[in-house]
Amino acid sequence: MSPLTAVSAKTPPWRDIRVLRWLFQLVVLAIVVGILYWLYSNYQVNISKSKIPTDLRFLGNPANFTFPGQEFDQSSPVRAAFVQGFYNTLRVAIAGILLSIALGTLIGMARLSKNFLVRAVSTAYVEVIRNIPLLLLLTFMNLAVVLQTFPRIEDAWKPLDLFVVSNRGIAIPWFDGSTNTLLVVIALSVVAAISVGWWRTRRSDRTGRPARSLSASLLAFIVVSVGAWMALGYSWTLPVVADRGTEGGLRLDPSFFALLVTLVIYTSSHIAEIVRGSILAVPRGQGEAADALALSHGTKMRLVILPQAFRIALPAIGNQAMNLIKNSSLGAAISYFELTQVAQITVGNGSPAVPAFTLTLVVYLCISLVTSLILNLFNRRLALVER
Amino acid sequence: MSWIRHNLFRTWWDAVLTVALGAVSVWAISSLAEFVFVTGRWEIIEVNLKLMLVGRFPEQHLWLASASVMAIAGWMAAAFGSDPRRPEDVMSMKAKLWDTTQRFGLIVLLGVTLMMLAGLQESLPVVAGIIGAIVAGRLLNLARRRMSWLKSWPGIIWHLVVVSPAVVMVSLTLLNADLELWGGFLVNFYIAIISIVLCFPLGVLLALGRKSSLPIVRLISTSYIELIRGAPLFVLLLLAGVALEFFVPPSIAPGSIFRAVTVFTLFTAAYLAEIVRGGLQSIPKGQLEAGKALGLPAWKITLMITLPQALRNVIPAQIGQFISLFKDTTLAGAALSIVEVLKVSEAITKQDDFLGKGYIYESLTFVALLFWVGSYVMSRESQRLEKKLGVGQR
Repeated sequence: MSPLTAVSAKTPPWRDIRVLRWLFQLVVLAIVVGILYWLYSNYQVNISKSKIPTDLRFLGNPANFTFPGQEFDQSSPVRAAFVQGFYNTLRVAIAGILLSIALGTLIGMARLSKNFLVRAVSTAYVEVIRNIPLLLLLTFMNLAVVLQTFPRIEDAWKPLDLFVVSNRGIAIPWFDGSTNTLLVVIALSVVAAISVGWWRTRRSDRTGRPARSLSASLLAFIVVSVGAWMALGYSWTLPVVADRGTEGGLRLDPSFFALLVTLVIYTSSHIAEIVRGSILAVPRGQGEAADALALSHGTKMRLVILPQAFRIALPAIGNQAMNLIKNSSLGAAISYFELTQVAQITVGNGSPAVPAFTLTLVVYLCISLVTSLILNLFNRRLALVER
Repeated sequence: MSWIRHNLFRTWWDAVLTVALGAVSVWAISSLAEFVFVTGRWEIIEVNLKLMLVGRFPEQHLWLASASVMAIAGWMAAAFGSDPRRPEDVMSMKAKLWDTTQRFGLIVLLGVTLMMLAGLQESLPVVAGIIGAIVAGRLLNLARRRMSWLKSWPGIIWHLVVVSPAVVMVSLTLLNADLELWGGFLVNFYIAIISIVLCFPLGVLLALGRKSSLPIVRLISTSYIELIRGAPLFVLLLLAGVALEFFVPPSIAPGSIFRAVTVFTLFTAAYLAEIVRGGLQSIPKGQLEAGKALGLPAWKITLMITLPQALRNVIPAQIGQFISLFKDTTLAGAALSIVEVLKVSEAITKQDDFLGKGYIYESLTFVALLFWVGSYVMSRESQRLEKKLGVGQR
């Protein structure tokens, strides 16, 4: 027997890495469970002392408040109020995400413009907005701009006679008909645009003729939406001042307007930085190759630089979209009746606080999870397939 | 002339843009200047300056608050730029002057504005103290670079020594003045600083846990991070406002600042963890393998090889997160009724002298200036620090 085999006897368990790994994990688990148990037992003790309900039965109680500017019956259950609040959150979030991506992309590209003034103005915008607290911007927009600077309804501003701006809200020209029909028409047009774009690309791949899928998609979108519009016999309505309010058009509440504009201004300044960074992150060789092929500046941006920049930017922009959704909870600070404000009011009306706010948190968590799921799907399709 | 042609009127489209934007920016700048120098009624700030800066902070302990600011200023002056210089850092006198103006011009401007608003009598001792602390800090820094016996101190001891006055003063202030009386910008500042200090270790631990090869540890860290990141800060603050007392023994009786610090710490730790994880992922595998080849145990590899590099690689992101924490402290006012500066700025427009006269413009603009200068200077400094540490070069 050689001396070597004697040394490689079985490792004792206190030095065996497999045993140690499990031991360490068990210790961590025990600590975490201990902390959770401590919190839970405190909760049990305190709750039993104060006799506050901990279940969700309060959802069936009457809500006892109304939504300003919206139809809502006071006697409907708290559950319905939460649903309405959720709907209001989605409303401001979706509008905000679309607008801030559009504005942010524009400003991000302006940051790289060859025009000195364009560059300076967009840089100033980004640097000023990014370094001011969102709640401060929101308070400013609500108290100083909307409630103080906007005129009373009697002497409302009417730019071009299309809009009515007063401290009671903003009214914009809108489609005359039910919102659901509008959504169906938009969905149909989007489907038409996507399928035409896909078909043009396929055809171009097969025949080598120029695809022009973007203009073709746009055309399909316009044709379908205008066609449906005509077929259904709808029209626009313009808002007019009537009887200390506005009639016609779409009326945006002052708090909705303040929240939406602030979220768009704030988020677009972040998206602008992402867009700028992503355009700069496209390898130089790509632009140089496009130049070598004598592509025009527009074609180079549209076909070479921007698609690749978009791929880089997408996860970060998705994060910003989620931030916007979460930031919309600040609407509660200016009495915009979204989810958080609804929770706050029902708690004020006597609903138990812990379950009400926990429910709110869970809803936000679900929104975040769904958003990140959608983004991941997108991302997987777009991600570069490497070796 | 050619610069103008090249940068402003390259094509007809450029010319249109230049003219339109030029008109807009001239209008914006002139109306801003008019507001600041002509129409702005700044007496509301002058009258309430103390309320905005420190709230109803007890008079007899005010010197502690000023002394902590001085100690912090001295620490920053002493600690930053204390590493030996590289040859490429040496600049001409003119470049140095321009550089210093860029770095500190805004702070000085804000300081002068505050002095003008507060009146020389009141502010001169404090300003003199701060300047004195900065000069002393720079001298210490110089001494460290010049004197051989100081040079031989290990870095960590040096940093501990220079930070200790700040820590002592901050803790003394916390211990002596009743927390419920704190208000104004001081509260924003203190909540931010304390939460940064507390969230840092937790965030690093969570990041290591998420990168760990141990499944249970990974699961716990990942679920904590994702849960917190999916929740809005404002709702968490509201929840803490009504529910934190249920989760601690009745003997603790959390005050509102305690609640705020708890939420900000737990919240920022999750975001910080993701940032640090990004830094850990940017470390080449060879670093770890080199550590293993040297026979170092795992904790030493993490503590001495991967973690320092990871933290250095994500400095701008970390500071960005701290800046947003600093800005988010304003939420504490709306959610927990802490009288922080934004709350004060709304409240003072409702005083008898100012009610209903539209002073909200002046008071909010002042608060915006405070936050803007603070955040902007911090983000500038983080870019400098990044360059100095040679991220992406070494």
